[in-house]
Amino acid sequence: MNSLYYQKRLSRNIGDKFFTSLSVICALIAVIPLIFLVTYILYKGGSQITPELFTLEPNPPGDDLDAGGINPALIGTLIITTIASIIAIPVGVGGGIYLAEYSKGGAFSRFIRFGVNVLAGVPSIIAGVFIYALIVSTKILFGSMYSGLAGGLALSILMLPTVIKTTDEGLKLVPNELRYASLGVGASMYTTILKVTLPSAFRSIATGVVLGIARAAGETAPLIFTALFSYYYITGFGDLFYEMGSLAVLIYNFALEPYDAQNKLAWAASFILVLSILSVNIFSRILAAFTEKTKRV
Amino acid sequence: MEEKLTLFKNRKRFGIEKNIDIIFKNTALVLSSFVAIILLGIILVVFFQSFESFSRYGLKFLVTSEWNPVKDEYGAFTAIYGTLVTSFLSLLITIPLGVGTAIFITEDFVPKVFREIIGSLVELLAAIPSVVLGLWAIFVMEPFFRAFFVFLHKFFGWIPFFSTEPTSRNSLLAILILVVMLLPIVTSIARDSLNQVPKKLRNAAYGIGASRWKTIFSVILPAALSGIMAGVLLALGRAMGETMAVTMIIGNSNEFSWSLLSPGYTISSMLANQFGEADGSQVSSLFYAAFVLMILSLVVNIFAQWLVKKFSLKY
Repeated sequence: MNSLYYQKRLSRNIGDKFFTSLSVICALIAVIPLIFLVTYILYKGGSQITPELFTLEPNPPGDDLDAGGINPALIGTLIITTIASIIAIPVGVGGGIYLAEYSKGGAFSRFIRFGVNVLAGVPSIIAGVFIYALIVSTKILFGSMYSGLAGGLALSILMLPTVIKTTDEGLKLVPNELRYASLGVGASMYTTILKVTLPSAFRSIATGVVLGIARAAGETAPLIFTALFSYYYITGFGDLFYEMGSLAVLIYNFALEPYDAQNKLAWAASFILVLSILSVNIFSRILAAFTEKTKRV
Repeated sequence: MEEKLTLFKNRKRFGIEKNIDIIFKNTALVLSSFVAIILLGIILVVFFQSFESFSRYGLKFLVTSEWNPVKDEYGAFTAIYGTLVTSFLSLLITIPLGVGTAIFITEDFVPKVFREIIGSLVELLAAIPSVVLGLWAIFVMEPFFRAFFVFLHKFFGWIPFFSTEPTSRNSLLAILILVVMLLPIVTSIARDSLNQVPKKLRNAAYGIGASRWKTIFSVILPAALSGIMAGVLLALGRAMGETMAVTMIIGNSNEFSWSLLSPGYTISSMLANQFGEADGSQVSSLFYAAFVLMILSLVVNIFAQWLVKKFSLKY
């Protein structure tokens, strides 16, 4: 009779309790670094934020107590990520369209999908090495070596797989009935894609692309020997062909400086970088959850 | 009758529209082949740039650890060893933690809301740029673990891995920051594969009297194993190629040491450190090291994809 009741001291129940607490501990350990990290960055970096930070040039490291601002790096990050997006989004969306709409699952499309996955796994520093060999050392871009343009190209290589993948998967989710309906009323293939399937997959593609851009904005490794770093204001179009600073490289350079003022600047830059990346992530997550809910109804 | 004729007349598309259609398709085709071109381009460029060093040192490059630009002698053993040791040891810590967290998220220990919050918190961790993690590692993690490292050296100094006095930049710190970076990857992939295991398997196990953890260990984990393995391999590829956080905390010393408490090197941190200022045959040697890194991560990635295809769940 007793055996029908839950018995705490049975070895299987003790074992269950043990493993349950183990997995709770695992979850706690997994979450703790994030909480520590984010609060520390918000506290340490947030306390450095001043209006001058956004307008001044950084001072070269030295005994100077005042480190200046991060204006060139901030603008540089915006420019480099924009260049990367301008290259990667059309190529990636076009490639994704081919994979999802035209290919019939043959050897070519399988090879491309495989290539996309492999390219996504290529270490980011290799993209930098590649662009260095191709553009920086050959001075192929109008004789300029390290340049913002080269940095943007390196980042676009990292963005490309993400954009293709999200486009491919987003388009595959569009129900075939929509395509049949459009083709049935006499629309051509490109009209169908541009007017029907792309718009209906727009939101999922946009979410993926924005997340890809946010990821690229924080990448450092491909930039350290393509775009290098610059202390000076970006004043005109011609600056694209010269060394260009970015928030990520600023953090890297200034974190390794022995001076406190530069370290503080690195924290401030981290604050801005992390805050913008996290808010993009959280916003797109909420958007995705919201879309899912409305779809179910 | 006339109406029918015009209908037939318009049955074929106009020339322009037809051409646009063809152009559109071919543009998409060309754009999609860019991926293959870039991939092959990377492999070829890195290979040909490393040719000078390859022909001079051959495979000896992989097993000697001399790196001396003055004498023009190069060998990448320390960096290759560092890459493998940091990535494998960090994975060794990450796997139980990540899979444990994934199990916690997929079981019903706490209400779904909390589990989803924990899941997205872990995924947000993946969004933090690695250079920021490096900054954090330098200023927060290193002081935090310093006493622990001294303790390790004092009591376990007889183990070669802990045989030197801890320095403020060392391989063990790099391993720990890699754990923070890999955790989200392993956790989210393990969670997805655990979620894909059909409910009826769990119910069948419960039905014949298995306890919760008996079910997890003997039914659910084996069923999700291929997915988890693929996630682990992807994480391994990421760990090998990870550059910034490791470069900032590993100490960048080419002197070989068994001890994890002394500064080390990885291929990617060597590239990050020396590429900007290198010239002559040092550049070629760096390309050779980059080639080794690329082959390592390609092999791991392709193996992961093969694993997913071969052993993906079929129910």
